[in-house]
Amino acid sequence: MSGVRALVGTRKGAFIMESDAKRKNWQVSGPHFAGWEMYHLKGSPVDPNRIYASQSNGWFGQTMQRSNDGGKTWEPVGNLFKYEGVPGTHQWYDGTPHPWEFKRVWHLEPSLTDPDVVYAGVEDAALFRSGDGGQTWQELSGLRCQDSGSSWQPGAGGLCLHTIILDPKNPDRITVAISAAGVFRTDDGKTFQPKNRGLHSQYIPDPEAEVGHCVHHVAMNSSRPNVLFMQKHWDVMRSDNGGDSWTEVSGNLPTDFGFAIDVHAHEPDTVYVVPIKSDSEHFVPDGKLRVYRSRTGGNEWEPLTQGLPQSNCYVNVLRDAMAVDTLDPCGVYFGTTGGQVYASADAGDSWQPIVHDLPSVLSVEVQTLP
Amino acid sequence: MIRVVLPQHLRNLARVGKEVQLQVEGEVTQRSVLDALEAQYPMLRGTLRDQITQQRRPFIRFFACGLDLSHERIDAPLPAAVMSGAEPFMVIGAIAGG
Repeated sequence: MSGVRALVGTRKGAFIMESDAKRKNWQVSGPHFAGWEMYHLKGSPVDPNRIYASQSNGWFGQTMQRSNDGGKTWEPVGNLFKYEGVPGTHQWYDGTPHPWEFKRVWHLEPSLTDPDVVYAGVEDAALFRSGDGGQTWQELSGLRCQDSGSSWQPGAGGLCLHTIILDPKNPDRITVAISAAGVFRTDDGKTFQPKNRGLHSQYIPDPEAEVGHCVHHVAMNSSRPNVLFMQKHWDVMRSDNGGDSWTEVSGNLPTDFGFAIDVHAHEPDTVYVVPIKSDSEHFVPDGKLRVYRSRTGGNEWEPLTQGLPQSNCYVNVLRDAMAVDTLDPCGVYFGTTGGQVYASADAGDSWQPIVHDLPSVLSVEVQTLP
Repeated sequence: MIRVVLPQHLRNLARVGKEVQLQVEGEVTQRSVLDALEAQYPMLRGTLRDQITQQRRPFIRFFACGLDLSHERIDAPLPAAVMSGAEPFMVIGAIAGG
């Protein structure tokens, strides 16, 4: 019988939640790696028992974990992320040059075809690849070393590469996003180009600059890889040409600031965001936790509230803390900085909490199991 | 044998008890003890010192015999009581954060 497995990373450990296809009753295990910040866990689409996890904390730095049995047991794998060549500098917050320094792994993206291949997005922003199941990592330096790299500047959360999108139809095409540099894409697996045309950001000297935009997250439906949806610092954006150009689709959202964005597994024009009040007030507006859904590929949005708190709620939903499953109807999931993980088994029409009281949630990924 | 006491998170990571014992070749220094520790427990690489610069991580301290050795030269001999195994070399996670 098919089911789902949610992989939840929090500030103090990881949790694994499993349910059958009804998605009503959940078995929760954890905390795994108690006390560590678990920025991201993600399973291989080829072998769902192969899961990679990013484990870090301020004392002991970055370690990496791998499971071959769906998260029941784990083994440490390689944690050496060495920038290729002489790393040079990027811009610091005050505009001065600052050396590239590895800090942590924000996002893991397992290959669509090989369970031993996995990509890692790191802070300070760079893209690494492992071809041996995470034992060793090599930088794809064509990203960091392209013309604009030395001008990249961190956002408040750090200079982090947080989004990696693998194109299911073109194995050489990888799209990544960096705060606060923007979107970059390779079509040959080596060289990257900025893909930020159409973004407008008033917090940089030239609001339409080629780089410097604080992109928070980008999502794609795998049936239509040329269509991307973006939650920027402010603005929800859409591209119909793989990022070559973007148009705003914020429409009637109550605020277009936010972090998380995802796309329905079967309806490529159905998009989900969680509007956040503002860049200085990182919580949902009006004390109401509302997911907004567009069934029109943006611009027209409806609030989804059934089962979600509608008073005295002041949580945030971080960029990697929303996911969908591939069951029918599509399941939608998100975790909050207040430690709740919500699930919808009906594409967002109604929600139920899987758990109420975890540590602050950093990431949610969902595997649909055979 | 050199005795090394690890903080809880690193015991869990290396799947060992509070104290590990190491055979250290040559002079017993911070460097040779950490080299032996990482050779025996490779999952600890990078958790105590940066793998590239070999600098001690900022929130890691090394105590032994009632002394803070964190700022001693990494190639300075450790106290005789550590060399003899009478006293452990203690890895401490500094009190910080929540």
